[in-house]
Amino acid sequence: MTTPVLQIRDLKVTFTTPLGPLVAVRGIDLDVHPGEMTAVVGESGSGKSVTFLAAMGLLPRTATVEGSVMLDGHQLVGASPKLLRSIRGRLLSMIFQDPLSALNPVHRIGAQISEMLRAHSSMSERAARIRAVELLEIVGIPQPGDRALQYPHEFSGGMRQRVVIAMAIANSPKVLIADEPTTALDVTVQAQILEVIQRVQAQFGTAVVLITHDLGVVARVCERVNVMYAGRVVERADIGTIFDEPTHPYTRGLLASLPQAGVDRLVPIAGFPPNMLNPPTGCAFRTRCEHAMDECSQRLPELEQLGSSMTACIRAKELVGR
Amino acid sequence: MAVADTVLPTVSPRRMAFNRFVSHKAAVVSVFILATLVLFVALSPFTARYGVNEAVQAPPNYFLSPRANAWLGTDDIGRDLYSRLIYGVRVSLIIGLFSAMISVAIGCLVGSVAGFRGGRFDDVVMRVTDLFLAFPFLVTLLVMRNMLGAITWLTPVIGELSSVRFIIVLFAIFGWMGVARIVRGQVLALKEREFIEAARAVGASRWYIVRRHLLPNSIGPIMVALTFSVVSAIIGESTLAFFGYGPQAGAGATSLGILVGQAKGAVNTGFWWLALFPCLTLVTIALTINFIGDALRDATDPRMQKDA
Amino acid sequence: MLRFVLRRLAWAVPTLFLVTFLVYVALRIGTNPVESYKRINPRATPAKIQQYIEVNGLDPNYVRGYFRWLANFVTLDWPRSIKGSREVWPQLKDALANTLRLGAAASTVGIFFGLMLGIYAALRPGGRRDVGVNTAAFVGISIPPYVSAILLQLVFAVYWSRWFGATLFPTSGVYPPGHTGFNLFLMMKHMVLPVTVVAIQIIAVYARYMRSSLLDVLSSEYMRTARSKGISERRVLFKHGLRNALIPVVTIAALDVGSIVGGLIITENIFSYPGMGKYFLSSFGEGDFPLLMPWMVIIVASVLLFNLLADVSYAWLDPRIRLE
Repeated sequence: MTTPVLQIRDLKVTFTTPLGPLVAVRGIDLDVHPGEMTAVVGESGSGKSVTFLAAMGLLPRTATVEGSVMLDGHQLVGASPKLLRSIRGRLLSMIFQDPLSALNPVHRIGAQISEMLRAHSSMSERAARIRAVELLEIVGIPQPGDRALQYPHEFSGGMRQRVVIAMAIANSPKVLIADEPTTALDVTVQAQILEVIQRVQAQFGTAVVLITHDLGVVARVCERVNVMYAGRVVERADIGTIFDEPTHPYTRGLLASLPQAGVDRLVPIAGFPPNMLNPPTGCAFRTRCEHAMDECSQRLPELEQLGSSMTACIRAKELVGR
Repeated sequence: MAVADTVLPTVSPRRMAFNRFVSHKAAVVSVFILATLVLFVALSPFTARYGVNEAVQAPPNYFLSPRANAWLGTDDIGRDLYSRLIYGVRVSLIIGLFSAMISVAIGCLVGSVAGFRGGRFDDVVMRVTDLFLAFPFLVTLLVMRNMLGAITWLTPVIGELSSVRFIIVLFAIFGWMGVARIVRGQVLALKEREFIEAARAVGASRWYIVRRHLLPNSIGPIMVALTFSVVSAIIGESTLAFFGYGPQAGAGATSLGILVGQAKGAVNTGFWWLALFPCLTLVTIALTINFIGDALRDATDPRMQKDA
Repeated sequence: MLRFVLRRLAWAVPTLFLVTFLVYVALRIGTNPVESYKRINPRATPAKIQQYIEVNGLDPNYVRGYFRWLANFVTLDWPRSIKGSREVWPQLKDALANTLRLGAAASTVGIFFGLMLGIYAALRPGGRRDVGVNTAAFVGISIPPYVSAILLQLVFAVYWSRWFGATLFPTSGVYPPGHTGFNLFLMMKHMVLPVTVVAIQIIAVYARYMRSSLLDVLSSEYMRTARSKGISERRVLFKHGLRNALIPVVTIAALDVGSIVGGLIITENIFSYPGMGKYFLSSFGEGDFPLLMPWMVIIVASVLLFNLLADVSYAWLDPRIRLE
């Protein structure tokens, strides 16, 4: 196997809140390989966005990050602001959930893209402008020359997300993090945006991390899937394995709640995500798990190999095939 | 953001508002200071040491510096500044409170109608208030004062020029505009929310929606507007009195503004107590009410999140 | 952009007429110009009084009277003051120049320091300096200008010389009594205290606006996007943050011109500074209609002008407005 371009080891993120420390990410390991499309799936609050905002160094001051994030030989946890700045946008860039608010309303589209280019190279203003137009064309914006002179409010949601993508890939980063890139968009536009992401991935050889709560989106584009729950990775497998032989009860719950052809009843996961200020002992999912036993509250399950997947459930082996 | 997604223990909105109010330390201190002040004024028969026009001692008694029988000194004709401040604050608080209440009542009515109905009425109201608010306050105040005072058939309703009632009416006329703008903004924002749509969908009448949904949900901004109207009326009264257009609350009676006005003359002679104590009292009242208003806004605006 | 400005101007002109009409009516009711004239000139002949009514447009019918006044006003045929029958323009011109000087100095100082303090506070929300700036701003808006003016006067007019044996800043006028000619240093020395009084208010107001506006902007998504680009914090703040933060500040600033002028009036009066404020208070006190009306026109026109300026700069700052 290739060496991972992004390697996260035992990452912990703690927020200081008025109600006490909130551990949003509770020690996760995650590898992203070059040119690969990896999914990180979980409910809101599972810590999936926080993990990657931590890698980018974009968390608010109230957050403490521990562990290790290696990107292309650079340690990002505890890195100097200067190093982080030189990496952000050059080696590691991010697409955000809401394209409507992700672009600065008072600057022209072209200028916002060329700023990204000029931040990391000695490109001239003119050359950057020209490149920005090319990038707009790559992400499929018609009449890119004219559009570059317009402001964000003159673009539709889908078009704005294309602009955000153009900006993110401007410096051909090693890793592109797409944080729920399609959630805020219409269903018809969602497919187009995913297609754009796939295309730029192929064209630039960028590794993509797709953060989403939507397994349907994952099924369409990703090769590997990490399922997160309450700040931990609970299952990791190839896309086929996840859909055919899910091993963790939470993954099964997610799949059962997914609309499928031929199945006319959706089974929601009962209960609510845990309160992260005071998470349950042991396995965090046990409060909602139909297979929970006393033992589940005793210890925190680690990811273990089971068949072709990695899973963090002490009963996983006996539950296989049930 | 990701942090907000996390589930927190449930606390009732009112409890949460209270917690947020209490976390505003300056406001808590302000509540105590203001309460003490109000207590002093309410108990003036016990707290005041002399009558409003009473000299502290036989002449020579004028311009005495602070001493045992006149804690804050005496004025040009030997009256006790400390006692007069208590009487003065009483008048000022009455003016502030009453005019603010009238302002809020009118402002809520006009603001909610303008916001809810929109259209021509809204346009006109907003344009008029815009204009009034953009104009120098003092100029409008003086011109309006003289104008209202000159209209004789209004006198039975609003009182003689320079009576306390007249001043209250005058500030109510100005105060409602700021309140109306706030209420209108709130109503416009709420109008689009689902629960209002839902009420409309089940056929609730307009007035019912305003009464049951819009006003209760605007209570925070209205309270804030109330506090700021109180401050602006108290400061406004002082401004008028400072320039000699203030209330004459009966022979020899006083107001905070009159006392601050006397400070003007004291400056050149160096009777510092005459300038310092009335000014300090005025600023204390304004500051404490402002802090309380600020804390109320923090407490009732769910959008406000303290980062630290 | 040009069309936008023209449309706004087209609004401002009828508003100017309407408001001056209202002011005309209010002053006629409030100051009773004819009575004031008789009071100040007790020996005026009926013919003189008739002439006074004539030139000032004091027709019993307000509409007819207003147009009469307007005709004289726009043809620069301005009636003389009722007290001492002086020409109005030379007085008004001096007052205007003095006030513009004071107002410009105070606004420059006030807006600059206000914005700076607001930014300074917003960069560390909840921190000690934020709390400090916020509290100071609250104190600032809670101190009416005459209170700070009186306290400053007390210190500088009385106690400074008592303690240190010499006056530091003069507390009245533009020049010392008896001074003639132009002297920049003396003039600035006289302006220090009044400028301070007015600037305190402006600083407090702007610091608060800027702080809350910038806090809103700093927590917005596009600031995170900007940061994710790997540009310097300084560039994130200045290129992406400030311009957005200034948009609401500019709108409120226009509404605030009124209170700045109000503060100027009060301050001028206390410091015996011969500007628009003193002019207004003395002529208002005497009910001097011929002096008051031109003053009012200037005030109304400048309020409308600043509103227009605010609209234009708003549109200039915010591309979303421009197209509408």
